[in-house]
Amino acid sequence: MSKQQNTLMGWIDDRLPVTQTYEKHMSKYYAPKNFNFWYFFGVLSMMMLANQILTGVWLTMNFIPSAEGAFASVEYIMRDVEWGWLIRYLHSTGATFFFIAVYLHMMRAILYGSYQKPRELIWIFGMLIYLALMAEAFMGYVLPWGQMSYWGAQVIISLFSVIPFGIGDALTEWIRGDFLISGATLNRFFALHVVAVPLVIVMLVVLHLLALHEVGSNNPDGVDIKKLKDENGKPLDGIPFHPYYTVHDLVGIVVFLMIFCTVLFFFPEGNGFMLEYANFEPANGLKTPAHIAPVWYFGAFYAILRAVPDKLLGVIAMAAAIAVLFVLPWLDRSPVKSWRYKGWISKVFIVVFAVAFVELTWLGTQPANDLNTFLARFCSVIYFGFFLLMPFYTRMEKTKPVPERVTGGH
Amino acid sequence: MSQDGVNKSRRTLLVGATAGVGAVGAGFLAVPFVKSWLPSEKAKAAGAPAKVDISKIEPGAMLTAAWRGKPVYIARRTQETLDNLPALNSRLKDPDNSVKEQQPAYADNIHRSRKPEFIVLLGVCTHLGCAPKYFAEVQPETFDANWQGGWFCPCHGSRFDLSGRVFNGSPAATNLVVPPYSFEGENILVIGVDEENA
Repeated sequence: MSKQQNTLMGWIDDRLPVTQTYEKHMSKYYAPKNFNFWYFFGVLSMMMLANQILTGVWLTMNFIPSAEGAFASVEYIMRDVEWGWLIRYLHSTGATFFFIAVYLHMMRAILYGSYQKPRELIWIFGMLIYLALMAEAFMGYVLPWGQMSYWGAQVIISLFSVIPFGIGDALTEWIRGDFLISGATLNRFFALHVVAVPLVIVMLVVLHLLALHEVGSNNPDGVDIKKLKDENGKPLDGIPFHPYYTVHDLVGIVVFLMIFCTVLFFFPEGNGFMLEYANFEPANGLKTPAHIAPVWYFGAFYAILRAVPDKLLGVIAMAAAIAVLFVLPWLDRSPVKSWRYKGWISKVFIVVFAVAFVELTWLGTQPANDLNTFLARFCSVIYFGFFLLMPFYTRMEKTKPVPERVTGGH
Repeated sequence: MSQDGVNKSRRTLLVGATAGVGAVGAGFLAVPFVKSWLPSEKAKAAGAPAKVDISKIEPGAMLTAAWRGKPVYIARRTQETLDNLPALNSRLKDPDNSVKEQQPAYADNIHRSRKPEFIVLLGVCTHLGCAPKYFAEVQPETFDANWQGGWFCPCHGSRFDLSGRVFNGSPAATNLVVPPYSFEGENILVIGVDEENA
């Protein structure tokens, strides 16, 4: 460690390990040199988190968290507050792009086995972030107090009512703070959305990164770069995160922001998938919109819920679809990490799984007719099959030899 | 510091006892935070009965009233509809009102109401709480080719007959709830009060 003496930095370093921390996490954090575009989505997720926090703080300055004032205050932000429309669209479009980045980030982990030993905790922390993010997004969607806010909250909170022995009904009443969805519900969701859950997410992101930097980054080949080091103890296939990947990530950030801004400025409603049209009508507890659907990023789990023709089993299936992700590191019994060296069964299953997940996402936003219900059931079977059969097909299939050094890179 | 003569087991006991007492204290401290989420006194007090004039409802028509912030459906059924109810039994999950909490004792009959003509139902789907839509006409619908009139929930496709009884194949498990109600004279329906005031 290069500790400077008799300088301001030296004075600070004697009291707070700034240089040491910077070196550990940036200038001397050696990341594999063969990262491809899939590796942009971690930093992009963090960028979207920063965007949500910044724009969110600004939105609270004009938002009124009450059943009487919420809807009108959002309209006030959109029409009368200087640049209010931009800040709100940055927040609402930002939620969509946050989920896009997170889903692709998770897909990257599945492709290259980044959840495998010794990175199980990184994956668990990531899943906890995903869970907190879903709660955050759901509660955020309730705040504008439109028709979809109200009825979405009604359906999602009612999910807890399936718990038997009277616990479910007491629990839903406790969550709502009333005998129906009301201003009390809105107010507590505001507190959780703005203060509690963001704090949890930020802390989990810190843990996610600390765990990552402890074991080091995986790469598209799934090769452990710490095995081969030069005479200075630096991995042969590693390059310092700063400046190499900070500059490299800037390219990804610019491209991502170009797409983000296109949607932000030209399609802020996302054709009803990001801001649903029914939500431009104030909440009315006496009338459910004709077609009720979640925003797109919950579509897959909602489709699984609807695919089961039984209330309790439907909720169990939906919860299981999320829970099974947590145990993924222990379902994969393959001796290799990356799908590049796994057998053909894994490769086919990963592609089919990804297609099924996209299809489920689509179905969750569509009305349930016979064909859609059949497709949702079919895709749900693929979804669970991918995970539950994994211990078997990853063990029996023939894998390819993993090279000593990473391939590609510069 | 010297560790000589340390009584390890006593130390363990003291650490354990301190942690235990602390945990109990934290448990007590959690009570006000958890209970603060329950419905407030104000929310509990907002349950006044609702009065509705039902004289203007035409046979076959439905009126939506609000009671405790929830929709209450009041539909006037034709004699033909009432005669048709027993014929539907084979297609229903619970044709005989076996789940007693779903209706007061006076509505525990085939027409699930005090007056056979008028059905009074809480417009809250027993699946996940949406407000089902009224489809009164006996005609093939997209959700049921053999539709005999009733309610269809747009959220997850639960179907109920004109007595609020749930059809087989619906995600909802139980019939729609009949709220407590009574009549004041011929035409005034009081939702939320059980006793007959006539």
